[in-house]
Amino acid sequence: MNFKLNKIIPQLATLLAVILVFGFLTYNAQVNMDNRGIEFGFGFLTQESSFDVQFSLIDYDGSHSYARAYLVGLLNTLLVAFIGIILSTILGVIVGIARLSPNYLIERTAAWYVEFFRNIPLLLQIFFWYFAALRALPLPQDTEPMFGVFFLTIKGLFVPRFVWENLDIFFYSIIAAIISIVVIRNYARKLQENQGKQLPVFSISVSLFIILPLLTFLIGGVSLNFSVPELEQMSNTSFKYKGGLGIPPELIALTLALGLYTATFIAECVRAGIQGISKGQKEAAASIGLTPRQILKLVVMPQALRIIIPPTTNQYLNLTKNSSLAAAIAYPDLVLIFAGTALMQTGRAIEIVSITMLTYLSISLSISVLMNWYNKKIAIKEK
Amino acid sequence: MNKLNFLRPDIKNLNTYLYSGIFLISIAILDVISNSFFNTNITSFLPNFISFLLPLVLGTVGLHFIRIEFSGIKNLDLLNKNINTNTFNAVLTLLITFAVIKSIPPFLSWFIIDATISGDTKEACTGTGACWTYIKIWLNRFIYGMYPNELQWRINLSFIALIGLAFVGLIPSDKIKKFLTLYYVVIYPIIAFVLIYYLISGGAFGLEWVETGAWGGLSLTFIVSFFCLIFCFPVGMFLALGRRSDLPTVRYISVGFIEFWRGVPLITVLFMSSVMFPMFLPEDFFMDKLVRVIIAISLFEAAYVAEVIRGGLQALPRGQYDAAKSLGMGYWKMHIFVILPQALKLVIPGIANTFLALVKDTPLIFVVGLLEIVGMLNLAKTNPKWLGYAMEGYVFAAIIFWIICYAMSKYSYNLEIKYKTDR
Repeated sequence: MNFKLNKIIPQLATLLAVILVFGFLTYNAQVNMDNRGIEFGFGFLTQESSFDVQFSLIDYDGSHSYARAYLVGLLNTLLVAFIGIILSTILGVIVGIARLSPNYLIERTAAWYVEFFRNIPLLLQIFFWYFAALRALPLPQDTEPMFGVFFLTIKGLFVPRFVWENLDIFFYSIIAAIISIVVIRNYARKLQENQGKQLPVFSISVSLFIILPLLTFLIGGVSLNFSVPELEQMSNTSFKYKGGLGIPPELIALTLALGLYTATFIAECVRAGIQGISKGQKEAAASIGLTPRQILKLVVMPQALRIIIPPTTNQYLNLTKNSSLAAAIAYPDLVLIFAGTALMQTGRAIEIVSITMLTYLSISLSISVLMNWYNKKIAIKEK
Repeated sequence: MNKLNFLRPDIKNLNTYLYSGIFLISIAILDVISNSFFNTNITSFLPNFISFLLPLVLGTVGLHFIRIEFSGIKNLDLLNKNINTNTFNAVLTLLITFAVIKSIPPFLSWFIIDATISGDTKEACTGTGACWTYIKIWLNRFIYGMYPNELQWRINLSFIALIGLAFVGLIPSDKIKKFLTLYYVVIYPIIAFVLIYYLISGGAFGLEWVETGAWGGLSLTFIVSFFCLIFCFPVGMFLALGRRSDLPTVRYISVGFIEFWRGVPLITVLFMSSVMFPMFLPEDFFMDKLVRVIIAISLFEAAYVAEVIRGGLQALPRGQYDAAKSLGMGYWKMHIFVILPQALKLVIPGIANTFLALVKDTPLIFVVGLLEIVGMLNLAKTNPKWLGYAMEGYVFAAIIFWIICYAMSKYSYNLEIKYKTDR
């Protein structure tokens, strides 16, 4: 009896404390909202938002609803996160491998890169790129094109836009290529298990991936044109680019800063992963006659990835969360559009801040659930 | 004389290869140096494209010549082993060397040679380099924010006192050593709070009241990070214990709390503290913005600290728990005297890293209108008298943060090594 009470009383006390705190807070909120005459509810989401957003991936203007504005912000956040993840992965892997280079100069350069960018607050880096570096770029009318088609100006980067015809056929061909690659891989594995023969799977896959989509240009009626940005004079002093794709400077500064900053952490993960493989593994693999490429592919990488991937995913999550700093340079992401503009207009602090937090929370939680599943899958099965 | 084969240098004609290699490399480096320091192109008689690539080609060939194994010359072997193992490495070595040579003159001229530091107004900055005058004039604001000039001694005094009191632990007296943990965990934070409250904030003992809105600059960065550190640590410890608890309710509440804070960005937490939190307070109850921000950041960081401490708790061998229980210790006794002292020692580097992240996160408080150093920079940048010096400001702040964070990361790295050897 005494033993059980020992377990129940602390639990009840904790529960009671939590309920009391929550109850106190909601009671206050109720009183405050009554005083200001606002009702708790999410009806405002369907109202007309009546504010414009400078940069959006989907069709949006002031006549759309707040829910649509939320979607615009979410997509912009995901866009930054996506570009940042690609950039930081490429850079991080290169720097991480460079940290292990036998070349002293390369190793030092990579180490300094990591120490430099890791120890400066991200916000400062974003400000630096946006307010200092990108502001030093020339005006559109003074810009010299790079390679004839890219224009890097103070108003952003202008690149040619793809103009597709029959894009869907091209798309199907890529899907077909992926499916056939998977089939061939399975077949090759079976062949090796049953007869010990090896197919050049990699070269077959690459050639399939290139040839199939190329074929659609010849026989599928797919064609690709570029709409190159051209400078157009609106008035004496105002110039604008017509055609092409304009990437706003906010997006450039943000992805650049996020990419450079997160790459330092990913580089450390990669370095730790590769260093974590003991030399004996490589020597054992070499002694049973595997070629250096096979050693890398079959022995080192599978083990290194097991160490690298979990902390790297954590960094991706951090990057996604850090992309909320976009609000500081007025890039229209979820925080700026929804927790900024929409909140100012509607005054619904509780609803909007909760929705924003829940959005980030669900992104984080879903990725960590995925991560746990993956970790379980690749964990070494001990006998 | 042996036959020369320039494709495969060998040791027989060591000197010939060595001298021709060094000759080619020095021409390549000379070309780059003359190009970057004196702005003259000594190979301008060649076509543009070739002239551009010539140093790289010459250098690669030169490094190829001197790549002779076991030459017997100590320095050459060292060079070959470290930066010249194969053609690929040689090219990378050259590229890095050239990039460094190329970037030195513009950097030096912007940073020092063409920079200005004299004068008191924008007009003094006529050079093409950096305008350090701007930093000089605004330095006071960058460090103390809007705090009244004649009262700044109060900030200085309290910081000096705090730093001095932090070194009490170095007194090699056994009598004091017993109470060190108590001192650092309880007494020191209280002293710090009292000092900052009465000295910086004022309002008592004849000191003039300075509202928190006037606080700012680097000193605010320190105040916020300091208070967040001392508040987040105990909260994080309890959360970590809660997460490892046998009691399901306690465990689930802790897990929920930790995962919630870890899943949201700090900027939304700050938004919450500034716009949503006042709605949850009793009607005419006012809480200062700075206090709200410190609470928000402390709770946020506490979740991260909790995870770090949990790592330490998990790393302890089970025998420690069993041994403590077999001595008849209860839950609290076991944790206070056996588990936590060992676990906390294990996680000191992790805590230091979390604190590093905390310092790097403090500039974010500018989104709720508190002007620490980055916020002050943004304010100064828009001052009509000083337009156009954003770069200098950010470089200045970056240097300060870099020094602080680099020193801390080195310190935590040293701690890691120190405590690794202990176990």
